[in-house]
Amino acid sequence: MTSVFFEVIRPGINSTFQDLGRKHLYHIGLPFSGAMDQRNFLISNSLVGNKKNEPVLEIAYQGPLLKLKNDNTYFAITGNVNFKIKKKTSEIIDGVCYKTYSLNKDDELDIISTNKSVYGYLAISGGFKVEKFMDSCSTTTRAGVGGNNGNKILINQKIYINNYKDILTIKKINFLNPKIEFIRILKGTNFNYFSENSIQKFLSEEFTVTKLTDRMGMRLKGPRLENNKETNIKSEGLIKGVIQVPADGNPIIMLSDHGTIGGYPKIAVVISADYDKLVQLPINTKIKFKLIELKEAEKLYKLYKMETDNLLSQI
Amino acid sequence: MIKNISNLGDAALYCDFGNEINKEINNNVIKFFKSIQIQNINGITNLTPSYNKLIISFDLDLINFSDLKKKIINIKVLNTSESNVKTIKVPICCDDEFALDMERLNKKLNLSKDEILNNYLKKEYFCYMTGFIAGMPFLGDLDKKLHLNRLETPRVKVPKGSVGITEQFCNIYTFESPGGWNIIGNTPIKVFDKSNQNQLTTISPGDKVLFYQISKEEYLNLND
Repeated sequence: MTSVFFEVIRPGINSTFQDLGRKHLYHIGLPFSGAMDQRNFLISNSLVGNKKNEPVLEIAYQGPLLKLKNDNTYFAITGNVNFKIKKKTSEIIDGVCYKTYSLNKDDELDIISTNKSVYGYLAISGGFKVEKFMDSCSTTTRAGVGGNNGNKILINQKIYINNYKDILTIKKINFLNPKIEFIRILKGTNFNYFSENSIQKFLSEEFTVTKLTDRMGMRLKGPRLENNKETNIKSEGLIKGVIQVPADGNPIIMLSDHGTIGGYPKIAVVISADYDKLVQLPINTKIKFKLIELKEAEKLYKLYKMETDNLLSQI
Repeated sequence: MIKNISNLGDAALYCDFGNEINKEINNNVIKFFKSIQIQNINGITNLTPSYNKLIISFDLDLINFSDLKKKIINIKVLNTSESNVKTIKVPICCDDEFALDMERLNKKLNLSKDEILNNYLKKEYFCYMTGFIAGMPFLGDLDKKLHLNRLETPRVKVPKGSVGITEQFCNIYTFESPGGWNIIGNTPIKVFDKSNQNQLTTISPGDKVLFYQISKEEYLNLND
């Protein structure tokens, strides 16, 4: 039997295989990685009848142009993504997110770009053939591990896929990614290192997402946050969502591929319920922070989880 | 042993063992880390030991801060025997092409290259923690004569295998990476080996490390 694959005609800016992430390796220096926007990841798999943790292709800003070879398949794209299906018959279909499509042998899938967001997800019925590293297919490019031998997808390579599961019923949900007014945070372990004036600015003024933002971290620019205790701490562990402030006073938010240890004071931590929304904020977005309490963050996470489960149950 | 447990965000515990950096405090962190690791507590996704802190990340779908904190407070800390501690011998080549900051060290420390290397190689180092990049060991303590700050302007690319020193510590760059440590040589051995999934890293927290000098020729042979 001939194997089914996509030919990569254009790889996109940062297209990587991701699943729910890799546990239990922070202590040797490997980050969690995994899909940045976990809700959109879960929905994409569900739309093509895959199991929850099947690896998908995550795209950032501009996606790939892929040509399907040797057989047909089904796919779905989630996020806020512009894409087209270029049929072999030269018919062109404008794609809609959150809907299952069939793709025939020699058709092309052109994932043009994300729209007012950063990440989109391409799931294939039956899944991609991706190797696992330590129980996860998530690609961590900095350590060279995970899917596609630890690399982004590259021009002219082949991406092998599994045979699709029986003829799927076309599924569709109506979902608009939530807009946010604030990124909600909890106090970090070095909150009191910062002057009262800085804290006040931190909690009331706008910060801009700079272009020095990737899967490792989001660098912000805004009012300078003045530290009146120590600009360095003894290096210690980090988790995603931690907001560190180096000596220059500009906050950096740790994202899924972050270094596991850091020595800058932690002013705050983004709550888990807001993480998916945070990572979707494109360069030049202005954001504001809102300080809340742990109990409220836990409640908001339950709500987030309930909304996700509701969406998944509609599929 | 733990001085305080607080929350780091809504999905991690921040265990504070003290503010100083010394072997005693770090041994406590490592003992605690190993004791939790073998218990396989449901919901824990990661443990990050460092000099004097331990961060315990968890899955908010499975457990929350206050319930996990109760479990952690009641953990029986094992007296891990010394038998788990390995001594690892790391070859390093200190030829000029690898010892990128030797001139800076000569000047700032007022010591010759031989004096620096003799001092560096005679000591056994202790691994406080690993991380930042995969497998990077943070080792100490250097002799006081070798204490020096980081470079004023960090390098954009430190070559893979570089051995660097700063303040009381030394480390090994397991990947090419940005960094500001003073580079005194380069090791050809793989300190992080992704093809060995049973043992990804050669050096673990609590291990002892001895460096020994090799020639360029030996370096190239080992690098094959």
